[in-house]
Amino acid sequence: MAAELHVELVAADRKVWSGEATLVVARTTSGDIGVMPGHQPLLGVLESGPVTIRTSDGATVIAAVHGGFISFADDKLSLLAEIAELSEEIDVQRAERALERAKSKADASAERRAEVRLRAVNAH
Amino acid sequence: MGAQLRVYKRRIRSVTATKKITKAMEMIAASRVVKAMRKVSASSPYAEELTRAVTAVGTGSNTKHSLTTESDNPTRAAVLLLTSDRGLAGAFNSNSIKAAEQLTERLEREGKQVDTYIVGRRGVAHYNFRERKIAESWSGFTDEPTYADAKQVAAPLIEAIEKPTADGGVDELHIVYTEFVSMMTQTAIDSRLLPLRLEEVGEKSEQKKDEILPLYDFEPSAEDVLDALLPRYVESRIYNALLQSAASKHAATRRAMKSATDNAGELINTLSRLANAARQAEITQEISEIVGGASALADATAGSDK
Repeated sequence: MAAELHVELVAADRKVWSGEATLVVARTTSGDIGVMPGHQPLLGVLESGPVTIRTSDGATVIAAVHGGFISFADDKLSLLAEIAELSEEIDVQRAERALERAKSKADASAERRAEVRLRAVNAH
Repeated sequence: MGAQLRVYKRRIRSVTATKKITKAMEMIAASRVVKAMRKVSASSPYAEELTRAVTAVGTGSNTKHSLTTESDNPTRAAVLLLTSDRGLAGAFNSNSIKAAEQLTERLEREGKQVDTYIVGRRGVAHYNFRERKIAESWSGFTDEPTYADAKQVAAPLIEAIEKPTADGGVDELHIVYTEFVSMMTQTAIDSRLLPLRLEEVGEKSEQKKDEILPLYDFEPSAEDVLDALLPRYVESRIYNALLQSAASKHAATRRAMKSATDNAGELINTLSRLANAARQAEITQEISEIVGGASALADATAGSDK
């Protein structure tokens, strides 16, 4: 059995990340799910939340994913999201400002987006 | 300077100025085509993966979903027409409007009532001028559409298709846009987005036709996945259509502006020849006037000497 799986993290308008990984943890609507090589074919709906990818060279890639899908088959895993950002791409100050703004406006979806971004950065 | 010559000179100046403008527009459009094409290809991984997922759910489960099953007796259809905000693009807008009108006619012949949704000021103006009803319209982003724009367009369409037909919902969703085939060829096409034709979806994923799709484990359930997947699929198809439309529009503009520049160049050539001829005629006339005047003078002095 292959000890690694190929991951493609794609957003609607670009490919965010792709590479080999040993473990991917994502949050589906029915709870967190960890996918390792050899997992059963899977197609799930993602919640907004951080996705953790443990790459084959031991590094950890964390991305903030806002809604989307996870699909896994033949040791190929794709994460589809309308918006996806790697944690190092996230502008913390901007996200914090957005969080403040969303809170004052009581905009639940914007607040959640900003929170997910900050969580993805803090998970490092 | 003679009157005729002055008129020619003025026209040459004005055509030269126009030529400069069209040349600039051609160059701007050329650079935008490249940018738009890059966006089309950047969006394709998402569209491909999504299509794969939709095919997987469609074939891998026996779930019946309102968005994948055809209604026995479809009575209403929505047509989404993509045009541009600005003209100066040759037949780009009239082609897609014509395609939409043909589709509308065909659907009406099949006994379906058609709701028209339009993107782009040109299409809106065309329909308003003929006092046809528009269900909803959007404009302002046709040059560089973003995914958020596609979502905005898709939202009322998805809502309409999910509503029962009796309450003003629709049974079918068609889209008319200009496909970007190459720099030289763009064709207006129509396609049915919903209800989904799985065979067609399968064909779109090209070389993977023979691939056997694995039996997926759906999380949380096949229905829920399909519920979440189909709106995204519609959005992504609309996004792709918007991007292709934008690329086509820029390519059409580039071509229209190139022929305008060429025509202006030709016109300048013709006008300069006419101006040269007019100048030459003027010079000839002046010479003959001088010669005539001199000889008349010579004749007069010769006469007075005697």
